[in-house]
Amino acid sequence: MAEEKENITGMHDDKFLAPENKKRIVIGPEGEEIHVDPLQDYFCTERPQTSEPRNKTVEKFLNWARAESLWVLGFGTGCGSIEIPPLLSPRFDAYRFGVAMRATPRQSSVIIISGYLAVKTLKRAIRSYEQMQNPKFVIALGSCTINGGMYWDSYNTINRLDHYLPVDVYVAGCMPRPEAILSGFNKLKERIRAGRAEGANEYITNLDWYKANQKKIIKDWNMPDYNW
Amino acid sequence: MKNKLNILNWKPDRSSFPDMGEDGKPVISLDSEKFIKVWQGPNHPGITGNMSLELTISGDEVVESKTHVGYLHRGFEKLFERRRYIQCFPTCIRMCVPEPDTNEYNLARGVEELDGIEVPEMANWLRMIVLEMARLQVLLRMVPGQAGTMGLGLGVQWGMYYRELILDRMEELTGARIYHMYILPGGVRGLLPDGFKQRLEENLVKIEGFLKDIDKLILHNAVFKKRAIGIGHIPKDWVDQYGIVGPVARAAGYQRDVRKDYPYLYYDQIDFDYNIEHDSDMFARFLVRRKDLETTLDILRQIMAKMPDKGEIRAETPNVLHWKIPKGETYVRCESSRGEYGFYMVADGSEFPRRINLRGPSYTHAIAVLEKLLVNANISDVSAIMLSLATCPPEIER
Amino acid sequence: MEALLDRLKTRFGVFDFEQKKTYQSFCSVDKLSLVSLVTYLKATEGFKVLVLISVVDWIEDGKFQITYLLNNPELKTDIGIRTFISRDNEEMESIHDLWEHAPTFQREIREMYGINFPGSPRVDESFLLEGWDDIPPMRREFDTKKYSEDTFFPRPGRKTNDPAEYMKQKLYPDEK
Repeated sequence: MAEEKENITGMHDDKFLAPENKKRIVIGPEGEEIHVDPLQDYFCTERPQTSEPRNKTVEKFLNWARAESLWVLGFGTGCGSIEIPPLLSPRFDAYRFGVAMRATPRQSSVIIISGYLAVKTLKRAIRSYEQMQNPKFVIALGSCTINGGMYWDSYNTINRLDHYLPVDVYVAGCMPRPEAILSGFNKLKERIRAGRAEGANEYITNLDWYKANQKKIIKDWNMPDYNW
Repeated sequence: MKNKLNILNWKPDRSSFPDMGEDGKPVISLDSEKFIKVWQGPNHPGITGNMSLELTISGDEVVESKTHVGYLHRGFEKLFERRRYIQCFPTCIRMCVPEPDTNEYNLARGVEELDGIEVPEMANWLRMIVLEMARLQVLLRMVPGQAGTMGLGLGVQWGMYYRELILDRMEELTGARIYHMYILPGGVRGLLPDGFKQRLEENLVKIEGFLKDIDKLILHNAVFKKRAIGIGHIPKDWVDQYGIVGPVARAAGYQRDVRKDYPYLYYDQIDFDYNIEHDSDMFARFLVRRKDLETTLDILRQIMAKMPDKGEIRAETPNVLHWKIPKGETYVRCESSRGEYGFYMVADGSEFPRRINLRGPSYTHAIAVLEKLLVNANISDVSAIMLSLATCPPEIER
Repeated sequence: MEALLDRLKTRFGVFDFEQKKTYQSFCSVDKLSLVSLVTYLKATEGFKVLVLISVVDWIEDGKFQITYLLNNPELKTDIGIRTFISRDNEEMESIHDLWEHAPTFQREIREMYGINFPGSPRVDESFLLEGWDDIPPMRREFDTKKYSEDTFFPRPGRKTNDPAEYMKQKLYPDEK
């Protein structure tokens, strides 16, 4: 346990940190020295906890409510994001399924990984995912997130998304049509209603495994292990 | 009355804010508490594609801007080294997502030039139709999108509807909505379906009606004019110095259009003109794209009138599994909706390409130009300026 | 084009001239006279637009080929200038003061091939990759498939239908 604590709070090489994130001493207005460690001070470093389900009836009601208001983070990570605007336009109109785009991770409950993930984007996607509030779900679009797709031998795109983030629904295709994405949303709703979309808890239970995988490819790890 | 005028002409006093150094550039020190560093993107709804801008702002004015790209880097140019020429085609179209057909056309043309393949006449006409339809669907997104970046989302919704009509025709012709894989070396994959021309013509008529709506909604909109005129001004001498191409160069009064300058396919048989504006600001670029829409409709009609009904669509190509292309190099270019779009290709006499290098318009628009243009801009204009330059990150990073 | 070539030949010792299209030609020049040639073309001959800077890795010969493609917007002609540098001594003179977007190309080449351009602004900052610690990825000796298999987690059970075999069966059944 002690080791795990170490893992979650322990920081890594300082050489990758941006200057404003480095440990430093700030001189206060009256000449006192203040030790600032932005990564300790600005982020919550406690290990995240899984959220236990409430009693059956309440949970059923909550799941229904969760399923009917899927707010999607507007983060186009790959080519699949070209089919997201048509999804919200008159012909496909995802609003009727309760799907709406939100601008910030704090307001959203679904992150769509729309295609291949370059290593640089994966880092941002992980941060965005961890900043989202529970319950949260991941939809992965395209064959690139399943096995690498077109870029299976590329040096800069990941092959399997489920090693880095807990995926609830995969939508196959390159790229998936808007109808397929809508059907993916409906599948996600079914999963949520059945109480099987426990990705967020799974992520926290297996946090060490996920973090080890993530750190294997993100070489310049310069953030806390879990960004609240 | 005088008071009212003063309000209209009021400008914040920034004479000592930020401090100017001896070289005329602002002295930027985050510890001075006069500046904030803001990241716009990659997770941001106002970003075209997936890139990020590191903005240092003073008040609401941008003092310094740095573009960070690489979020979409897939290493295409490395992947091409391991793929046979025919395998490059499905890969290369993914290099620029909104307008994939220019990629396949450029690659096909490069291969044909290096190997000396003659393309049948009918195939060239079909290529022109696909290229113009691709341009049309991009412009239908981009023209109302310019107002969308300023909060006028209605035009975007309308534009999306009309774009769907063109995508339907694309699907009918090629079988796919976005990635068509229609153009192959030596020709194209299929003929026009029965009644295609008539259905396309019906769609074009609808889009013409939409253009009038755009004019009413956006072009004569006082808020849009106020926010677009004079914003994002590119001085004329920048055009050659920065390698600016396409609509952005045309908005600065330069006659730059690959279709007319270096005629490819049968564009020399088509009657159209450069769309030129002289103000070189956001509004001028909007007008150029708005005129481009009309030109594209016109070109599509001319193509449909001039093209033959049937004919050979595919030239004989060697066995694609052992297709060796003789040693040589070439640079092929065509006009995408964003400007000149070129491939530099080097073949070494083997089955695999030695080097395929894409040069897209965003390569300078999104980095060198944007970084300079955003200095002294208001932070609320950042995404509007970005869209008016038509930045497309995938073609920067490949 | 011919007249231009003669002028370049006498002044800069241009060799390997080839003209593929009416408006496009390529030629090679020595590494040392490249910058003066480019400056001359820009100032005097009207090749005002830098289209691209690209690198080709000829690993068999131990050379990098750097191509500068210039464009003359008035006469509508292109000229591509090739220059060869050794793969061991990867350094090239920078042309960042001639064009404003040249540093971007040089930054990318620095990252992708490891060729240094001393003096070019921000040339050492990472451009596309982040925290890359292997050899520069666009060099021919870098094996992207092996790197991908080692680093990422290939999904097991992937059925590999060799596309070449499949196409052979479908398209060229007669071939043995």
